[in-house]
Amino acid sequence: MSNTNDASPKKLIEVNNLQKHFVVKEDMFTKLPLKAVDGVSFSIDKGETLGLVGESGCGKTTVGRSILFLEKPTGGEIYYDGNLINEKNIYNYRKKMQIVFQDPYSSLNPRMTVADIVGEPLDIHKLYKNKAEREERIAELLQTVGLNSDHSRRYAHEFSGGQRQRIGIARALAVAPEFIVCDEPVSALDVSIQAQIINKFEELQQKLGITYLFIAHDLLVVQHISQRIAVMYLGKIVEIAPAKELINNPIHPYTQSLISAIPLPDPESARNRHRIVLEGDVPSPLHMPSGCSFRTRCRECKIHCSQEIPELKEVSPGHFVRCFER
Amino acid sequence: MSDQPLLQIKNLHTSFFTESGEVKAVNGLNFNLDKGKVLGVVGESGSGKSVTAYSILRILTDTGKIVDGEILFKGKDVVKFNKKEINDFRGARVSIIFQDPMTSLNPVYTIGNQLCEAILLHTDRNRKEAYLRAKEMLELVGVNEPLKRLKQYPHELSGGMRQRVMIAMALACEPDILIADEPTTALDVTIQAQILELMKSLQKKMGMAIIMITHDLGVIADMCDEIIVMYAGSVCERGTADEIFYNPKHEYTKGLLRSIPRLDSAGKKLIPIEGSPIDLLNLPKGCPFVARCDNAMKICLEQKPEEVRINDFHIAACWLNYKERYFNEEVQSNE
Ligand SMILES: Nc1ncnc2c1ncn2[C@@H]1O[C@H](COP(=O)(O)OP(=O)(O)OP(=O)(O)O)[C@@H](O)[C@H]1O
Ligand SMILES: Nc1ncnc2c1ncn2[C@@H]1O[C@H](COP(=O)(O)OP(=O)(O)OP(=O)(O)O)[C@@H](O)[C@H]1O
Ligand code: SF4
Ligand SMILES: [Mg+2]
Ligand SMILES: [Mg+2]
Repeated sequence: MSNTNDASPKKLIEVNNLQKHFVVKEDMFTKLPLKAVDGVSFSIDKGETLGLVGESGCGKTTVGRSILFLEKPTGGEIYYDGNLINEKNIYNYRKKMQIVFQDPYSSLNPRMTVADIVGEPLDIHKLYKNKAEREERIAELLQTVGLNSDHSRRYAHEFSGGQRQRIGIARALAVAPEFIVCDEPVSALDVSIQAQIINKFEELQQKLGITYLFIAHDLLVVQHISQRIAVMYLGKIVEIAPAKELINNPIHPYTQSLISAIPLPDPESARNRHRIVLEGDVPSPLHMPSGCSFRTRCRECKIHCSQEIPELKEVSPGHFVRCFER
Repeated sequence: MSDQPLLQIKNLHTSFFTESGEVKAVNGLNFNLDKGKVLGVVGESGSGKSVTAYSILRILTDTGKIVDGEILFKGKDVVKFNKKEINDFRGARVSIIFQDPMTSLNPVYTIGNQLCEAILLHTDRNRKEAYLRAKEMLELVGVNEPLKRLKQYPHELSGGMRQRVMIAMALACEPDILIADEPTTALDVTIQAQILELMKSLQKKMGMAIIMITHDLGVIADMCDEIIVMYAGSVCERGTADEIFYNPKHEYTKGLLRSIPRLDSAGKKLIPIEGSPIDLLNLPKGCPFVARCDNAMKICLEQKPEEVRINDFHIAACWLNYKERYFNEEVQSNE
């Protein structure tokens, strides 16, 4: 027992039964609730990275945005460092929590220069003494994300997708946040720059203890950077486990197909591998299937899967799965 | 004439004329695309992949201009097309799935409206048929409740869903060439696998050629007959998937392959290519990769490397291959 002296790691983020229901017009007369996030709970320790993966449209971005109150949750609680966050006190947390947006195109103002974009949060939070310091800080941030300072006078629309994504990352890092929601931060980047940025995220974490919620589709990236990984399907977490465990021992049928479909950068194994190809469509969040939401595509579905919603249960220490058949 | 490539890019140069000067985004690019083949395009972010695609379709922004070179589609130079020819070419012959779904989806029109317009514009279907075709296309790409989606606006869909709508839009007119610019980065791997399968099957069925631009080397490994690797606006290496992955002959490609996270890399540092991307306003005289290359030689500083044929399936533009060849020849002549 070498670590009895260690204080147990502190939770920085705690999300408790988070719900975000949008209202969508079905036709002129009917409105339907769209349960984008439907009872999601997890916590992230200080200095930890939680990976969040799942079907497109399953609510990952909405989870990230709701934690920052960019989207007002319709239910549940969010605690930051033990404090309940609400609409009123969120402003006190804005400097501590940042987001790198998924879409590098619409999230940057094309009429602003790179220096303005990266400098804006510095201005808002008054994080420099004088102009020279501001410029220096901007140059430093650009360098951090692998852009050079010659870029700073140019406009956002003059950049490629990956370059814009890096501008967004530099902006998020500008205020030295404690917690960053990274929404697909590297999916637009080539693997070398991706490696640079991931190393940078990790280095910042080691140096400054930054905590990440890391949303991505690329499981190779997610398993590399995350200590734990949560898998979402239609607004709910269906599996959450330590990263290695999840990759080597996926238990939920959805996770299993996800892992088996990871595109491997190797032509030989691409030719020979066995993929578990999911049949059928992703159901609409407007008309969720009864019972387990994965049942319409599940090969192991039994009668009661359509009658009851399975709970998230612990199958081994720290490994939770939402499935009746496990 | 029958074995003429479907598309031939010859010495293409595309620049942006900005306040800071001429940004040479594409610099002497060459490649061929055969009918029904899948060509993968990988390369550094900012290396000119999207600009190449936009050049082919002639949809560059005002500041962008094709300054030199030819884009031959079935032997005809797209660069010289008049307005009518280029309109026929776009959409009907070549269509594109953009990296950024929001640039091609108009936020103020419904999905159905936009899909139908595209179909009406490029085929001779009537409105009712176009609507049915739109619904059919949405089903084909796995969008649930297509009838409802047709009435929704782009912002009401998730990123991945928008991407699928775009794929539907691009395929609706059965083009000869589909240019897919990062078509699946926004999708989770199970849907990605489905869409890639879909593209493969449509490609076989319709005999369509695909230019697949992506950073995902997994997708490349799985999909492509041939791969080109771009750096600083030109091709640094070209070959079959096996050649590029197992026998890379350009230092940039080698670095790229080294950077990929592997299933056993957690806890280890990734190995990026050191240094920063070059400034396209000031291209170096020699090899564009020279400042970041561990094995650079004197000649690399002075002269742009010529393409060397490694074998029938592989060429690379790196002086090291000359060196190797030279030594080999020397050894042989000494024997
Ligand atoms: N403003 C909105 N109005 C109505 N529905 C919305 C809105 N924003 C998101 N949604 C819906 O909520 C669901 C979850 O969307 P979200 O963007 O969180 O998914 P995601 O998991 O991030 O997907 P992706 O991987 O494609 O980015 C989707 O069905 C989406 O259509
Ligand atoms: N409108 C523009 N004005 C000035 N420069 C531009 C413009 N559009 C693109 N560029 C420059 O041209 C180069 C090539 O851009 P392009 O978008 O083709 O890159 P890419 O290879 O597609 O990169 P990514 O993988 O990040 O999408 C980039 O260095 C970019 O800065
Ligand atoms: S040509 Fe020279 S600088 Fe360029 S990649 Fe080859 S060895 Fe490196
Ligand atoms: Mg998202
Ligand atoms: Mg691009």
